[in-house]
Amino acid sequence: MATEAHDAAAGAAGHSAGMPQLDISTWANQIFWVLVALVVIYFVLRLVALPRIGAVLAERSSTITNDLAAAEELKQKAVAAEKAYNEALAKARTDAARIVAEAKAAIQADLDKATAAADAEISAKAAQSEARIGEIRAGALDSVTEVAKETAKELVAALGGKADAAGVTDAVSARLKG
Amino acid sequence: MRDVAETGFAIHPMDQFIVKRFFCDAAHADCTSNIQWFEITNVTVWIGLTVLAIIALMVFGSRGRAIIPSRIQSVGEMIYGFIYKMVEDVTGHDGVKYFPFVMTLFLFILFANLLGLIPMSFTTTSHVAVTITLALLVFLGVTLLGLAKQGIGFLGMFWVSSAPLALRPVLAIIEVISYFVRPVSHSIRLAGNLMAGHAVMKVFAGFASMAVISPVAVGAVTAIYGLELLVAVVQAYVFTILTCVYLKDAVGGAHH
Repeated sequence: MATEAHDAAAGAAGHSAGMPQLDISTWANQIFWVLVALVVIYFVLRLVALPRIGAVLAERSSTITNDLAAAEELKQKAVAAEKAYNEALAKARTDAARIVAEAKAAIQADLDKATAAADAEISAKAAQSEARIGEIRAGALDSVTEVAKETAKELVAALGGKADAAGVTDAVSARLKG
Repeated sequence: MRDVAETGFAIHPMDQFIVKRFFCDAAHADCTSNIQWFEITNVTVWIGLTVLAIIALMVFGSRGRAIIPSRIQSVGEMIYGFIYKMVEDVTGHDGVKYFPFVMTLFLFILFANLLGLIPMSFTTTSHVAVTITLALLVFLGVTLLGLAKQGIGFLGMFWVSSAPLALRPVLAIIEVISYFVRPVSHSIRLAGNLMAGHAVMKVFAGFASMAVISPVAVGAVTAIYGLELLVAVVQAYVFTILTCVYLKDAVGGAHH
């Protein structure tokens, strides 16, 4: 009774009792429009949206793949460049070492030559000096003999003896030799 | 009764589901009875908005065809990738050619659910008439496809060959019943979830007119709105993945 009254009141107020979902009279309308919508969505997706998005995704993935390949190639190039650089560096090092050695050898040769020349000069000078010293020494000996002879004659004379010049000289000479 | 309804506190949680003529003034005419199949109703309008929203996202969103996508194109691509992967994973490689069909269902349900969450809007997927159409489309499609592809062998799906021989006839009956219950559960699940959620929201919103409990009611509506947002997406996902599972029976042979 109460329910009926409520239903009647609700109906009068424009509210249908129960669930609008179960009102079969509206189903044909809903089903028709849903089918229309599904057909529209299906063809829009099938013909426009999905091929386009699929193509974009495929293009993107191929771009990424290409970029990765390019990056890999560049990396290989960088490795090769580094290797070449290291090789050049090593070659430059050995060249430098060789040039240093050559220069050292050349300098050593020059040095040896100069040393030899200097040595020869020194020995020549030394021989010259020796000769001169010998000369001087010989000169000095002669002078000593002379002085000794003179001194001896003077001594003999001073002692009152008659100086036999030749005899004194011979005696002094003999003495100096002995 | 009517006085009570008009003096203030009245909650009509089911009114939001009433189908009525769209170009119709309720004050002067009867907008709800004798609706013909071709008439423009609120269902028509909201289905139309759903279609427009899908076109906006999937067609206009992707019109740049950019390698580096804009935000909206990115969303379209994510949905594409998500559903494509789902179809491929569940139905296998042979099922991929039904991807546009599955995508149509997913987008329609997702957008209808989400548009239904706009205040004062109409939730088309809360109507059993709508969801049963979708479910029957899947059911009939799967059945006809299975019979076309596998012939009478499709019926082998009901004959559980891994069970003991004595049990097989019993299982076959159960399998047949469960097969025919599929469209019912498939559609009622979606419509029921949405209808219940929207009705609950409406009830709480009605309580908000009572000053004493309105803070609680407003908080509850907010919380339930968040939950309904989740339900809207999850139910679209569930409907779609079940479609894929059913499609697998037709495409990949019956392996239970």
